[in-house]
Amino acid sequence: MARPLDWQLATVAGVRDETDTVRSFSLTLPAWAGHRPGQHVDLRLTAEDGYSVERSYSIASEPERAPEVDITVERIADGEVSPFLHDVVVPGDRLEVRGPIGGYFVWEASQPGPLLLVGGGSGVVPLMAMLRHRARNGAMNPTRLLLSSRGPGEIIYRDELDRLAATNDGFEVVHTLTREQPPGWTGYARRIDEAMLAEVLEPLDREARVYVCGPTALVETTANALVRIGLAPSQIRTERFGPTGT
Amino acid sequence: MAMDTDMNQVLMLDGNALAGLLADLFGADVTVVPAKCAACGEVNEMGALHAYVRAPGSVLRCPICGAVMMRIVQTDRTTRIEMRGIAYFRFETGG
Repeated sequence: MARPLDWQLATVAGVRDETDTVRSFSLTLPAWAGHRPGQHVDLRLTAEDGYSVERSYSIASEPERAPEVDITVERIADGEVSPFLHDVVVPGDRLEVRGPIGGYFVWEASQPGPLLLVGGGSGVVPLMAMLRHRARNGAMNPTRLLLSSRGPGEIIYRDELDRLAATNDGFEVVHTLTREQPPGWTGYARRIDEAMLAEVLEPLDREARVYVCGPTALVETTANALVRIGLAPSQIRTERFGPTGT
Repeated sequence: MAMDTDMNQVLMLDGNALAGLLADLFGADVTVVPAKCAACGEVNEMGALHAYVRAPGSVLRCPICGAVMMRIVQTDRTTRIEMRGIAYFRFETGG
């Protein structure tokens, strides 16, 4: 069994489009120690001249799917890694991966109590691992996901989130669409703010565990607002991915 | 200590983003390790520190007072770690 810090050659088992700019890759790992929902992997690309570049990607799949793990990657136009993954990588290719990494931004079904997940764009990815794990384990704890997306076509995992919410196991999804709303849209249509968070939190207990992942500005706004609403900083775990993610 | 510019705010990450690098250095996942800020005395998990990684090195700051707690600079052959901003941190080494 490889240790998490050892690089191993993963095989791309499948590729799936989530939106026009977001794609999921299923990786089969030869020696996977198992992960916890919310953890990430490091991925390394090395050119023939030896130049190499690393990126961290959140694991999207639940641990129960091991030794296959999914990563979901947004194509960043001027990025070094994501355009390669999107434009070049096909099933059967091999990628250097190590992990799982990072035990801080982790939720497991063994942790009872209400759960609030807040995501911005591809910040939903580690939260999805938690939700898939939660569903797989039959957890019934009250859980809400507030997901901010630019428009209806940019909601990652939209159909699966709807299916999960339809199972009546205590999970609800709340969308806000910040730039473009479909005709007849009755949901939120603005960036996440304190009033929105107060409304989404209201059905949950004030003792809820909170996980926030997205662009740094969204995470800052959310974490600060939740503290003003009265949550303790120790209830809130954050994963900032910078201006847009890379 | 105040952050100087908006750019710093935009580029800020969490200590958790350095999990791989820190595990390389310490041989274990230290993101849930409590670390005490030498400046203000607050204790936070390493993963909750503020991380700045888009520089020649990586910097971890206290999320409460903003003081620099750790700097890590790596070249091809050497790693330099400065951690006088950390009064202590403590982690389990098994057994």
